[in-house]
Amino acid sequence: MMRTLIRRDLRLALQSGAVLPMIFFLLVATLYPFAVGPDRVLLARTGGGVLWIAALLAALLPVDRLIAPDLESGMLDQLSLRALSPEMIVIAKGLAHWLSFGPLLMLAALPAAGLLGLEGAVLWRLELGLLIGTPALAALGILVASLTAGLRRSGALSGLLMLPLAVPLLIFSAGALNDGSSALKLLAAAALVICALTPFAAGAALRAVND
Amino acid sequence: MTNLACTRGGRELFSALNLSVTAGGAVLITGPNGAGKSSLLRIVAGLLRPAAGTLELTGTVALADSRHALDHDQPLRAALAFWTQDGRGERPEHALVAMGIAHLAQVPVRMLSSGQRQRANLARAVAAGADIWLLDEPSNALDTDGVIRLEQAIAAHRARGGIVLIASHLPLALGDPQHIGLGG
Repeated sequence: MMRTLIRRDLRLALQSGAVLPMIFFLLVATLYPFAVGPDRVLLARTGGGVLWIAALLAALLPVDRLIAPDLESGMLDQLSLRALSPEMIVIAKGLAHWLSFGPLLMLAALPAAGLLGLEGAVLWRLELGLLIGTPALAALGILVASLTAGLRRSGALSGLLMLPLAVPLLIFSAGALNDGSSALKLLAAAALVICALTPFAAGAALRAVND
Repeated sequence: MTNLACTRGGRELFSALNLSVTAGGAVLITGPNGAGKSSLLRIVAGLLRPAAGTLELTGTVALADSRHALDHDQPLRAALAFWTQDGRGERPEHALVAMGIAHLAQVPVRMLSSGQRQRANLARAVAAGADIWLLDEPSNALDTDGVIRLEQAIAAHRARGGIVLIASHLPLALGDPQHIGLGG
């Protein structure tokens, strides 16, 4: 059942515009030089951080469609009847969510880095950071989607909930752009904590919706 | 179930409910709107905790309530197949034929009428191959032919030793059901 659910969620994500976060990410990378001017040094120094903020906001885009539609259609109830615990549902959905935007974002980072004139070494550290950080972004997305699933018009609330939770990721990933491994290790630690806690927190949220 | 009680939003819906159903049995749950028929079914399904009492179930459970849990964009057959891919349950074709919607197999779920959707909903429960069916207002939106097919499916299920619990305010030919009247 887990594998079926992951495949189904992935198919839904690809159909309902998995490229949108990627396009959004590239748009930010395109617009940023217009806003601050074509100063190569400035762009190269701040570009990596901007791309991380873009990644964070891009991860926020699909949150609305992660859990709420399935709650409404009775899908979650039916999955529970198939002896799939809320925690397992969260893990399956989180995995499918990451697969639908993480790799695409890493791909989009290549042209984005070109647009901002990032150096090769910085791009390399950015990609490594994205590899470590995007699973945590996916986990946060699922967590927030579970928390707000029972609420009406929760779009703005999702952002307010998710962005503060992502602060540790942002700090360590931005730090990792400049120096090397120590910030990356802290980023990995933060990502691990988020990914490990999410199934339980989001599972509890899904249980609470039923009561 | 013994001494089952349910409280929703601080209001007691029912209490001290006792029932025992053996293989092949059917239960008809009646009562006015808001009496707790759906809540009772959700408790039996394990989706809701009873406020008091205990519940003992043997076998697997399939629930068909007002939400059909089928992907809108998928063709009907593929949407049903999602629920039968885990090896449990039968191939969706049988259920499609049983509910008389085999000719709609390739039509996306969002294009179906509400009656056809209700048939698809029931087909999903049928295809689950579960021992206990929980049907919440199963004859809603069904035409005469649909109701007859529903009654036939229920009869076939009971003949195989299955159990059905039905919450309904519309008459259904069930043979000899046990009755639960809520909020009366």
